Amino acid sequence: MTTQTEVSTGAQPPEPEVEKQRTWRDYFTFNTDHKVIGIQYLVTSFIFYLIGGALAGVMRTELATPNPNFVQPEFYNRLFTMHGTIMIFLWIIPAGAGFANYLIPLMIGAKDMAFPRLNAVAFWIIPIGGLLLLGSFFVGAPQAGWTSYPPLSLLTGKAGEELWILSVLLLGTSSILGAINFVTTIWKMRVPSMGWNDMPLLCWSMLATSGLILIGTPVLAAAMILLSFDLIVGTTFFNPTGGGDPIVYQHMFWFYSHPAVYIMILPFFGIISEVLPVHARKPIFAYRAIAYSNLAISFLGLLVWAHHMFTSGTPGWLRMFFMATTMLIAVPTGIKVFSWCATLWGGKISLNSSMLFGMGFISAFLIGGLSGVMVASVPFDIHVHDTYFIVAHLHYVLFGGSVLGLFAGIYHWFPKMTGHMLNETWGRIHFALTFIGLNLTFLPMHELGLLGMNRRIALYDAEFQLLNLVCTAGSYLLAVSTIPFLVNAIWSWIRGRQASGNPWKALTLEWQTSSPPAIENFDEEPVLWSGPYDYGIDVLSADSEESVEELLSEVQADVR
Amino acid sequence: MQGTTTDEYQTNSPQEVEAAAEHEEHEDYRMFGVVLFLIAESFIFLGMFVAFVIYRSVVPVWPPEGTPELELLLPGINTIILVSSSFVMHRGQSAIKNNDTSGLRVWFAITAVMGAIFLAGQLYEYSNLEFGLTTNLFTSSFFVLTGFHGLHVTVGLLLIFFVLIRSQQPGHYSSESYFGVEASELYWHFVDVVWVILFGLVYLL
Ligand SMILES: [Cu+2]
Repeated sequence: MTTQTEVSTGAQPPEPEVEKQRTWRDYFTFNTDHKVIGIQYLVTSFIFYLIGGALAGVMRTELATPNPNFVQPEFYNRLFTMHGTIMIFLWIIPAGAGFANYLIPLMIGAKDMAFPRLNAVAFWIIPIGGLLLLGSFFVGAPQAGWTSYPPLSLLTGKAGEELWILSVLLLGTSSILGAINFVTTIWKMRVPSMGWNDMPLLCWSMLATSGLILIGTPVLAAAMILLSFDLIVGTTFFNPTGGGDPIVYQHMFWFYSHPAVYIMILPFFGIISEVLPVHARKPIFAYRAIAYSNLAISFLGLLVWAHHMFTSGTPGWLRMFFMATTMLIAVPTGIKVFSWCATLWGGKISLNSSMLFGMGFISAFLIGGLSGVMVASVPFDIHVHDTYFIVAHLHYVLFGGSVLGLFAGIYHWFPKMTGHMLNETWGRIHFALTFIGLNLTFLPMHELGLLGMNRRIALYDAEFQLLNLVCTAGSYLLAVSTIPFLVNAIWSWIRGRQASGNPWKALTLEWQTSSPPAIENFDEEPVLWSGPYDYGIDVLSADSEESVEELLSEVQADVR
Repeated sequence: MQGTTTDEYQTNSPQEVEAAAEHEEHEDYRMFGVVLFLIAESFIFLGMFVAFVIYRSVVPVWPPEGTPELELLLPGINTIILVSSSFVMHRGQSAIKNNDTSGLRVWFAITAVMGAIFLAGQLYEYSNLEFGLTTNLFTSSFFVLTGFHGLHVTVGLLLIFFVLIRSQQPGHYSSESYFGVEASELYWHFVDVVWVILFGLVYLL
């Protein structure tokens, strides 16, 4: 026993006395530190969030009146295409990867990701892909929507469409390289005492996410390659005029893009599972149910794609199959929602910004999830297909779910990442504006959809104007809501109150090191002295009188 | 046990330790990563194969009327060459496991020649076909599938060349460390298996 510990500590190189510090310049270089890369991901994707949001603002301004009088209808097509593509491929997916990059090595007690250089490559592909996509505005941005269905996408301008394809291929590659890193790191690099069921839940959800990326994204790449041939060379894989079949594209596209929904939400399921127990001071309810339901979602998520194609002439038996699997996937998702509610139940909840966003996440995601079950049903879907009901549904999932989860994560880990606390008051104002804005923008869209207003069209019938005005007002509120956040984040980063190593008294390993963590994360290999969520449980009660609080203060003393 | 570890460690200067720590302080997980990468790659091919199978079953006349018959002799020989090259290559890995660098070089060089013959054969086949990329849906699928696979064979060849060049440095590959050999070989097997499926789908079905 003693020999072993001595060997393992002896093998550690001593930390040089003069510790290297990160400077701001490191964040603009090809740096292989997962913490630098994580922040690079988060900041880059946030910039794209602002760009994508600005596009949405222009769209909502156009939609304030029934007639296209603010932008040309053709330009409106470009706006919603770019808005969707940017928000999915350049905001939510990379932001999730950013959190995972920053947190996973810390949470499992590793010094870095398994392949640091590959990690940096994966990040730097993203700005390149993003600039390529934005560059398409100079040659006529794509107009075929983020789904880019042929034959429409073959008829609306070659240059912009091809840039869109190249950008999606690049961003997909980045995502695959990231996934390889996540799986290897989680699988192989946990501290020796951390078994599968001792992992923080973010690790489980990133494992499930990465699996989907590794299986789904390549199929999208195949579709993009074939679409490129149709577009540039004039083959007819997806072009009915030459005997091709556009439905094949739809199958290939949705084989990725339905799982992409889970690629976009699972990391935030993980984040919420981290945030809630800490701020409710209670163990997570049903750890294993939450952990394994990730895998169930991942598996079922690969079997539901054609629910996007109920109106594409899909045969009846196939529709029934996809309807059943889609409804089935609500079960593991429901297990999670119930477990989160049960985690909050009876907890010592502190209603700080992080927790507020966490609760906002649960409630808004619930609405999106329920409308998801509604549109899973074939007869209902045929009725609302391609209407604003779908727009409402997907925004409740992606904004109400992913984005609120993302902000919950930012308020939770900002002290860890920067060493400074965010301002609570401004955080709460940010939450209030976001939550009201979100519901004001997207709730009326359910009604608009049921009334039959088509999505993706710049003009609409005058009878829809009132509700559209409400949506537009809500979108302006959402635009305003980013201001307190931006000011708060920048100001706090520079001169916010110093954060201790563990300001929330949390148990996962990332809180065992200093804030921000040292360059190689831990001064010595961290020790697991409890499960990740053993709040309010006297873990050592059998052989010691120490409470968790005392243990924590001990650890803090160690760290600082 | 404990003594040796500490001694080893103390003989290194701190800088050396740090430099080593930056690279290779944990176990080598690169093969694990390569396997994950190949899983992803296989789904690109799977996507294309499934698309091909759907066309085959949906289009009323397949291949569409007027498509010339594909010659089977040359691609058949090519298949045999590519499949056997996998076995040849494996002998290279066995050689390096016995610290036999020259054996590795010989077997890998033979593999490279076989791969090059395969590519040359494919180009020869292309030049003698009576149809083009855009003639019809079948010919487009034919060229894209074989071409995309050919691209992978080319990458595999480059990897083999890379290993051959690296093996010139004495001691670069040994029975202890031969990641490049193992990875390029796994990649080559993968390309091989893809070809067998592709050959069955495009030429035989
Ligand atoms: Cu879906």
